[in-house]
Amino acid sequence: MDFTLIFENIGIYFTGLQNTVVLVSISLVLGLLLAVPLAVLLNYGNNSIRLPIRAYIYFFRGTPLLVQMFLVYYGFGQFDLIKDSLLWPFFKEAYFCALFAFTLNTGAYTAEILRGAIKATNHGEIEAAMAAGMSKLLMIRRIILPSAFRRALPAYSNEIIFMLHGSALASVITIVDITGAARIINSRYYSPYEAFVTAAVFYMTLTFIIVFLVKKLEVRWFAHLQPQSNNPAIEAPP
Amino acid sequence: MKRLIALAALMVCALMVSTASAKDWSKVRIGVEGAYPPFSYVTPAGELAGFDIDIAKALGEAMGAEVTLVAQDWDGIIPALLAKKYDAIVASMSITEERKQKVAFTNKYYQTPAKFVCKKGTIAEFSRDAIKGKKVGVQRATIHDRYLTDNYGNDVEIKRYGTQDEAYLDLTAGRVDLLLADSVALSDGFLKKPEGADYQFIGPDLSDPKWFGDGAGIAIRKEDTDLVEKFNMAIDKIRSDGTYKTIQDKYFDFNVYGE
Repeated sequence: MDFTLIFENIGIYFTGLQNTVVLVSISLVLGLLLAVPLAVLLNYGNNSIRLPIRAYIYFFRGTPLLVQMFLVYYGFGQFDLIKDSLLWPFFKEAYFCALFAFTLNTGAYTAEILRGAIKATNHGEIEAAMAAGMSKLLMIRRIILPSAFRRALPAYSNEIIFMLHGSALASVITIVDITGAARIINSRYYSPYEAFVTAAVFYMTLTFIIVFLVKKLEVRWFAHLQPQSNNPAIEAPP
Repeated sequence: MKRLIALAALMVCALMVSTASAKDWSKVRIGVEGAYPPFSYVTPAGELAGFDIDIAKALGEAMGAEVTLVAQDWDGIIPALLAKKYDAIVASMSITEERKQKVAFTNKYYQTPAKFVCKKGTIAEFSRDAIKGKKVGVQRATIHDRYLTDNYGNDVEIKRYGTQDEAYLDLTAGRVDLLLADSVALSDGFLKKPEGADYQFIGPDLSDPKWFGDGAGIAIRKEDTDLVEKFNMAIDKIRSDGTYKTIQDKYFDFNVYGE
């Protein structure tokens, strides 16, 4: 085992780290922005809206991420219609293709997580909102979504981690992410163990940070469910 | 019960003995790539074919060994040899110093230079300045990857692919401006095909032994020195009895063995 070659080439791993973090963050944010309205429409929209959304979710949950990425990257490049269009400058870039596939993929999974969380909203909360005279939109914004987000958080933290690990596939379409960096080092020095163990450490560190942040958020969002031992307002009677 | 355990122990011993002594090389598993036309590719019927494949089979015959071909992606081809997934690699692998630190090589079985390819009319004359800032595609973990990284790493943006076929796709899609690869692979695998009609060679023949080694050889685990000898004898045999020339003429109209 020879880890000096890793330290000599650590720069390439940091380039990879940067690419992984940017790719995953942007696709998670865009995916979430896409998923919220879709999840709401899945619960409250009519059939003509629900059907295409269901088809979209089914396609992205029903096919491997690798296949989706190959479709976007190599598949789209096959059609002159796309190659001559205004979109081509975007789809020409491997980075954009990965972002595009990742966003739609995580969007589909997140929409499904949120759909379930919205469906599980306590009837009492909805009845109370209606009794208070809230319009449907206001009710969704103030009551249903905040409560659904809380319920969805544990499942969504899984999705974040899956997305991080799924992003390793970006390396097959020439992007130098953490895995891409490991593959370059492996191919240059034929040291698969050192190269990929280093990548594993990077991924584990990122996962640790994600788990830590989600935990923080959980404490904050579920504050009302914590035992209120330190609350001076509720003191045991003397 | 005790007899059963004794029997099982005996069988385990027998298994271990048989794997330890099964090195008479009457059966040889050969790792090939399958995505590097015309040397190695998969036919529409799903069968492996190409110069490397025919050479591998001919060498097996010359050695009197039964050959099993194992297709393996390029960037895992040496690790899989070391992990004993097969016993030899016949995959147009250039004999280089770096690889020699991990594996043993036979003598060369062919040698051809490397070259750049670009779209016709995009680069007038090849020079470092002419390709500065361009995107250059190359197959990961090849001598061409290494040459490009060492010589043009700061001048061009290098895109690394798992297979040569993927690199061709991206050249025609306009995602890279140039490719660097083996000249014969480029000419027969791409330029002579309809999708390669708009593309051409550019720049000099590259064959500096520092990067391009001493031709393509067969890689074998270092401890199997007897197998290296067997393959060297087999290469000499097919060279002298005309088998090599028959295979060469099937794919090329020039001398692919080099000097």
